[in-house]
Amino acid sequence: MRTTLTVARRELAGYFATPVATVFIVIFLVLQGALTFNLGNLFTRNQADLAPFFTFVPWVFLLLVPAITMRLWAEERRLGTIELLLTLPITQTQAVLGKFLAAWAFCAIALLLTFPFVIAVNLLGSPDIGVIAAGYIGALLVAGAFLSVGAALSAATKNQVIAFVLGVAVCFVFAVASNPIVTDFLSHAAPSLAEITRRISVIDRFQDFSRGIIGLRDVIFFATFIGFWLFVNTLVVDARKAA
Amino acid sequence: MHNHCAIPAEASGGGSDLAADEAAALIEIDGLTKRFGRFTAVDHVSFRVARGEVLGFLGPNGAGKSTTMKMLAGFVTPTEGTARIRGHDVQANSLAARRALGFLPEGAPTYPDMTVAAFLRFVATVRGYAGGELPRAIERVVTLTHLDRVWLQPIETLSKGFKRRVGLAQALLHDPPVLVLDEPTDGLDPNQKHEMRVLLATMAPHKAIVISTHILEEVDAICTRAIIIAAGRIVADATPAELRAKHPSGRLDDVFRQLTEREAA
Repeated sequence: MRTTLTVARRELAGYFATPVATVFIVIFLVLQGALTFNLGNLFTRNQADLAPFFTFVPWVFLLLVPAITMRLWAEERRLGTIELLLTLPITQTQAVLGKFLAAWAFCAIALLLTFPFVIAVNLLGSPDIGVIAAGYIGALLVAGAFLSVGAALSAATKNQVIAFVLGVAVCFVFAVASNPIVTDFLSHAAPSLAEITRRISVIDRFQDFSRGIIGLRDVIFFATFIGFWLFVNTLVVDARKAA
Repeated sequence: MHNHCAIPAEASGGGSDLAADEAAALIEIDGLTKRFGRFTAVDHVSFRVARGEVLGFLGPNGAGKSTTMKMLAGFVTPTEGTARIRGHDVQANSLAARRALGFLPEGAPTYPDMTVAAFLRFVATVRGYAGGELPRAIERVVTLTHLDRVWLQPIETLSKGFKRRVGLAQALLHDPPVLVLDEPTDGLDPNQKHEMRVLLATMAPHKAIVISTHILEEVDAICTRAIIIAAGRIVADATPAELRAKHPSGRLDDVFRQLTEREAA
């Protein structure tokens, strides 16, 4: 555990040692603000809640999370530091977990910095704090899900652009899996598959959270999803050692 | 097991010698092989290194030096064969093997955004140092490698020589019994090269050291033994003096050329 946290701490400090952290957080806040106020009509809806904010969070993460994960392993491979990291007395699991936790903590920091939205709706009315809290927990889980996908893909390449594009593409598939366009098509073509895709949709699972419901099934879904991709991540790291 | 060697040297001398070596050998490599698709990068390489030995690992570019070292460090999984560090198999018991190993990878990679201080602290923490031991361990290597002047500088702002010393400091931090250094003097100026050799010489009696190098004079200066590999195979395993005797000129680079060109052709 100590080793995992040491890896995570080094990684997290790395974000703040470069402009990566600032650029990411600023773009995240600007995008979130623009979408919530302009497209989401936060003020003109006359409702003191953050529903518009949470509608857009997964889509902003879809775009930005792969930008964090693309460097996670690809950069180490490019610099050659992966050789250093994996020959220190660190297990593959510790390295994978440490990197993931750092990226996740970073997303949590970005989410925390959206607190002015919470203050704003509290000044304008009396929103249900429980609903907002559930929304934030859901948003963090969505970030974790996308991070775990992106990290595994980053381990497969030393090209960051490929890691980013693949990350967005695969996350997009999991985001829209329950979209009527997808499920309608699948229910004609392959009905059994349609049912499965509806269940693995990250956005669908998130919707409950944004309505204030923290369902055990949804939590288990996210935990399994993240666990699965972290496991894939260790397999990819291992496979590249044998290649 | 040495039948693939062009020059059997003294290794095939007798069973009793081998048995004595085995008891003391900190590095044991047996039939190590790495194939990338149909290309064989390392072909049944076997050798042992005992405490007190400094083994020079020589060969042309692409001969398989780095790949062998990466397999020994547990970074690359061998296709065949085994490597043990202080008796621990680098695959089956990799954490124990890595604890006994100080490894300087090819090109001395380090995290460019980190300061020397932060980087060495990171390595020390991962190596299990905590409390008052941590600064003591770091201070020891900083003195050894003369990094005090650049202590708080980001590594990316350092010269090539300093970067390599940071890589070396990382490898020496836990005072490991086994050192594997891939081209430790590459990019150093003559003074720094000399310093590095002095440093290695002072540590040599207590450790088993493998260094890869292109500089043949280095072999004479610090190595007690040299292995030349070409096209993934060991073509010579002997002391520098014995190697020199292989060519009428008595010069190592002639011996090197003679052995490696014949193998490559």
